[in-house]
Amino acid sequence: MNIHEYQAKLLFRNNGVPVPDGFLAASGIEAEFAMRRLGCDVAVVKAQVHAGGRGKAGGVKLAKTPEECRKLTEEMLGMTLVTHQTGPEGKLVRKVYIEAGSKIEKEYYLALLMDRETAGVSIMFSTEGGMDIEEVAEKTPEKIIVVNVDPTVGLQGHHLRSLGFGLDLPKPEQKKLAAVVKNLYKMFLKYDYSMLEINPLVVTEEGDMFALDGKMGFDDNALYRQKEIEVMRDFDEEDEREIEASKYGLSYIGLDGNIGCLVNGAGLAMATMDIIKHYGGDPANFLDVGGGASQETVKNAFMILLSDEKVKGIFVNIFGGIMKCDVIANGVVAAAKELGLSVPLVVRLAGTNVEEGKKILNESGLNLIAAEDMADGAQQIVKLSK
Amino acid sequence: MAILINSQTKVITQGITGKSGEFHTRLSHEYAPCFVGGVTPGKEGQKATKDLPIFNTVANAKDKTGANASMIFVPPPFAADAILEAIDAEIELIICITEGIPVLDMVPVKKALERSNSRLVGPNCPGVITPGECKIGIMPGHIHQPGKAGIVSKSGTLTYEAVGQTTKAGVGQSTCVGIGGDPIIGTNFIDVLEKFEADPQTEGIVLIGEIGGDAEIKAAQFIKENVKKPVAAFIAGQTAPKGKRMGHAGAIVSGGQGTAEEKIAALKEAGCVVADTTAEIGSALLKAMGK
Repeated sequence: MNIHEYQAKLLFRNNGVPVPDGFLAASGIEAEFAMRRLGCDVAVVKAQVHAGGRGKAGGVKLAKTPEECRKLTEEMLGMTLVTHQTGPEGKLVRKVYIEAGSKIEKEYYLALLMDRETAGVSIMFSTEGGMDIEEVAEKTPEKIIVVNVDPTVGLQGHHLRSLGFGLDLPKPEQKKLAAVVKNLYKMFLKYDYSMLEINPLVVTEEGDMFALDGKMGFDDNALYRQKEIEVMRDFDEEDEREIEASKYGLSYIGLDGNIGCLVNGAGLAMATMDIIKHYGGDPANFLDVGGGASQETVKNAFMILLSDEKVKGIFVNIFGGIMKCDVIANGVVAAAKELGLSVPLVVRLAGTNVEEGKKILNESGLNLIAAEDMADGAQQIVKLSK
Repeated sequence: MAILINSQTKVITQGITGKSGEFHTRLSHEYAPCFVGGVTPGKEGQKATKDLPIFNTVANAKDKTGANASMIFVPPPFAADAILEAIDAEIELIICITEGIPVLDMVPVKKALERSNSRLVGPNCPGVITPGECKIGIMPGHIHQPGKAGIVSKSGTLTYEAVGQTTKAGVGQSTCVGIGGDPIIGTNFIDVLEKFEADPQTEGIVLIGEIGGDAEIKAAQFIKENVKKPVAAFIAGQTAPKGKRMGHAGAIVSGGQGTAEEKIAALKEAGCVVADTTAEIGSALLKAMGK
């Protein structure tokens, strides 16, 4: 799940990680009022969409007066922001965040994440903030320091000293960094983050330390116990089909091609996509019905695929384990009968109850192609959807 | 021979009266009668599917039945507790099928495992099967055939693909182990590779990985140095767009690793035959075995 910048900053602020003052605005007048309340010389107007690269796309502007803040906000609201992360269709700007400008002296980088190998929390700190951290790791690895914390033991003073002394920070900054790391570590455990990144973590001319921009990744498996985070979900920012799919407990991933895929299991979803591309096709999406889906769920899943105009052919690729082939077949037949089937359909079934599944499809009277195996199915659907 | 489980294994199911727990205990027990009981707190004294006795605690179940393995179907919010209970009861092999356990819940589990003699397979995995002898998990039994290929995989359904193809090719399987695709898991590729290498029944190995993390890179290194048996491999996600779950910070701590290309290159370098598509896993194994 993704959240907006203003929500991330609220979480930081409420948990003792300093951020610049700011207000959310959905109209020009609100923006003007926000800047007056901030009482700052310069305010930053930031488009609130779920995508990085906003600055280059015109989604971040500086205002010197409240009137200018109003004007810039009015221009930004309603515009479609196209960044390298939004795809060509872009994202509609519905809200902006008005933030007090900071006089930046230094930019650092700080991130916390789960380390698979040690089952611990890795804290990564670098003096080279504000840029792509992968580049820093490649060119100047000596400017990055990583410490690992065992959560069953907890964050200790020596972890904090390693970070501060490791990159030779001045004493007052070490103290400020320690405070930020302590609170960030508490947040990490409290909200079940998979990743928590501050880039840049700035030091201002006044000597204050602020999180200027943050990226947060949540553990989706833990959302059931994170009500505070769950309510931050913004349905306006998500693909309609993804929302529809999640209602039925399915996972949907939208792509750029024209072949709709219905599969069971994440590994098979990836492998199906690989084999379609191998034979020269391009998937429009894949819908993973997982293991426990009912006939009704499969029907709904198939209807999501049928309702996508981009889809010029559908490939059902199932290897039944928990999932039974007859359940899939019944769901597919029910959906196709209700909505009609206007595109070619290739079905490959294997595993649990495969004979029953094949029988249901054969007797349905639907115009579909039964594939021998995965390679055969992929080749057929690629040919038919061209 | 085979690895991890055989006809002598005695299994209990934690969460035996739940819908999935009951269903898969029944199917597994029908495949090979290795189950001796189950655990559902509050139902001790009652009988579950296949007339298996139910116990309130794992310790009690082990005491009364002599179980040395457990299959876990407990729902995600309580699954880590169930694993910890099995570790406390000194169950040798714990296989957790449950999908969707919060990562932070797995941290104390991993630490407890390090201090114990228990082995955990999973979570979020299809389980383990030694064809014809013992099945602990949700895989369809009938596609398997006792034989020579040892299969280890992060993905459930792709394991079935590999099984189907090796059965069709007449090679069969010694043991198939689904290690699961979660960030924190109990048993990794290397643990299983080591056992396959030492197992006389296993003549060839299939390794199925996917993008993210660096477990496959480490496995490749291990194969290069320690595995003499032929290995076929497949990596899923070769054409996947950069996933939302793969943050920049994650890519760095694992040394910039995680793409399919890197993993395939490392496996090839280690002498594995890497299948281009899922459909070619069986033929890749035959090629590796020189057939």
